[in-house]
Parts: sequence; C-alpha cells; structure tokens
Amino acid sequence: MKKLNVYMLAMSMITTGLSGMSLADDDDEDRYMRPWGVNARPGVAPVDNPLYRNECGSCHMAYLPGLLPAHSWERLMAGLENHFGENAELPRGEWNAILAYLLNNAAGRGNYQVSNKLVRGLRGTPLRISELPYFVHEHREIPARLVRGNPKVGSFSNCDACHTGANRGSYNEHQVNIPGYGRYDD
Amino acid sequence: MAIKVNRRMMSAIFLVGISCGLIVTAQASAVQELLAEYGKEGAGKYNAVNGENLWKRVQVDAKTGQKRSCVTCHTNDLRKPGKHARTGKLIKPMAPSVNADRLTDKKKIEKWFHRNCKWTLGRICTPQEKADILAYLANQ
Repeated sequence: MKKLNVYMLAMSMITTGLSGMSLADDDDEDRYMRPWGVNARPGVAPVDNPLYRNECGSCHMAYLPGLLPAHSWERLMAGLENHFGENAELPRGEWNAILAYLLNNAAGRGNYQVSNKLVRGLRGTPLRISELPYFVHEHREIPARLVRGNPKVGSFSNCDACHTGANRGSYNEHQVNIPGYGRYDD
Repeated sequence: MAIKVNRRMMSAIFLVGISCGLIVTAQASAVQELLAEYGKEGAGKYNAVNGENLWKRVQVDAKTGQKRSCVTCHTNDLRKPGKHARTGKLIKPMAPSVNADRLTDKKKIEKWFHRNCKWTLGRICTPQEKADILAYLANQ
C-alpha cells in the first residue's frame, strides 16, 4: 500500500511537470528562438516615466528614449547647459534619475522595430533624431513648405505635430496628419 | 433626503474650501520660504517694481544677437499662456491668480530661475533679483 502511494505521487509529479512544460511551449512557441528582428514589437516604446515626461516635456515633446541610442543620450545629458542653444540644466538628483531612465530605454535596449531601424549601421554620436539616416530617408520626400514653411509644424523636431500617435510610440505613416495638408501617402 | 443632499453639499463646499486654502497656503509658504532664503543669501528687502522692470528688461544675447526678455516667452500678459521661443510649445500662464499651480514648488521655482536667468541675462540671477521677481509674480 505504501509503495503504491509513493508510485502514484511520483506519477502525478511527473504528469504535472510535463503539462507545465507543454503549456510553456504552447505560450511561447519558439519565440525565444526567433531572430531579434522578427521578434521586434512595432514602433518605439512609449514614455512611462513621469519624472522624465515632466522635466523634459515642458519645453518640447518628451522624446521617446528609443529614438536615440544610449551613447547619444549620454552625450546629450552631458551638455544640458547648452541644449541646442537653451539652458536645460537639472538638479543632480533629477539628472541622475533621467539619465538612468534614458540609458535603460535607449534604442537597441528594448526590441522595437522603429528603434532598431534608427540605430542600424549608425556611426558617430548624433544628438538630433532628425539627423539619423533612417529618419532622413523616411522624410526625404516631404517638401519643406509642409514642415519648416508650415507655421503649425515649424520643424521636424515637432514629431507630434504630424504623427498623431507619436507619444504612444506609433510612427506608422497611416497615422500621419500634416496640419493644413492632411494625410501624407507615398 | 433633503438633509442628505445638504450634508453632501456641505462636505463638498468644505472640501473645496480646504483645497483652495491648501493651494493658497502652498503658494504663500513656497514664496515666503524662498524670500527668507534669498534674504539669508544677501538680498535686502524685496521690491516688486524692480522685479517687474527686470522681468521686462530687454537684453541682447552675446552669442546670437537676439533680443531677449522674460516677456519673449511669457508674453506681456502674465494671465495668458506663453509660448516657448524656440519650440513653440505652450507655457501655462505665470500669474498665480489664474494658474494656482504657479509658485507652489520651491524646487521648480529655483530650477527655472537658474535656466531662464542664464538664457535671458546670460548669467544666473542674484538673490536680490530673484526676490524682486518672485515678489512681482506672486502679486499677479
């Protein structure tokens, strides 16, 4: 009787273990085996840090950390005294927290399609998102009168002037609405 | 029923009263504390008129040749929203009378004094200048 009990216990443990394994297999399929690029999520990870959103979003759009690589953020944060001609210095505590957030969420740290494309084959340490080769390539056909010459846009720096999903991390061309012009199709 | 509504109304009025009181107190205490700190750092009696003059004084930026003053971004009417000179982003009104959040956070006040004095004047402001500007803004 005692032997039987031990046997049943062992069997039930094995079965539970197996079912657990097969469940895990069903959930993830071979996701972890897929290449980085295939596994990428669309767009860019949205901002999820209130300190960053408040501190960096008061003068301009709170650019998503996944729009620049870590070494660019590091260089940018080292020069806040002259931040594109403005003074954007932060108290030490906030500066540290924001730098950590940017570095942990920079392009290439998470796996997002647009972030990956922005930093693919990138050289140097650019400070402007609008100068990244992929950015330039994607915007090459847009006439200046719709951006610089458009008072409601002003510059390529105002992502959310045209990309209605910019703050959610969606830069899909179908969600583009250029003020005074409308949708833009290739 | 009538009593219940009245009670609710009373408690609503009470809560609104308390939160208004808290906001006014927060503003007053942040401003008072900073004025006291500027005094310790060497500022004399604050003067709102000097603050207004400094706020409106036009400086020429050494590097760009641009004319700059606080009014450049915050406009001539402190009760109206301003606009960032470079990015065009909206700046909420500076006047505490229309924007109760203004002048309630010491750290925020100091941060913007630091940044905007450097942008506008090309240097940090003295404790006296900050006290004067604060006195001017607090009355708006």
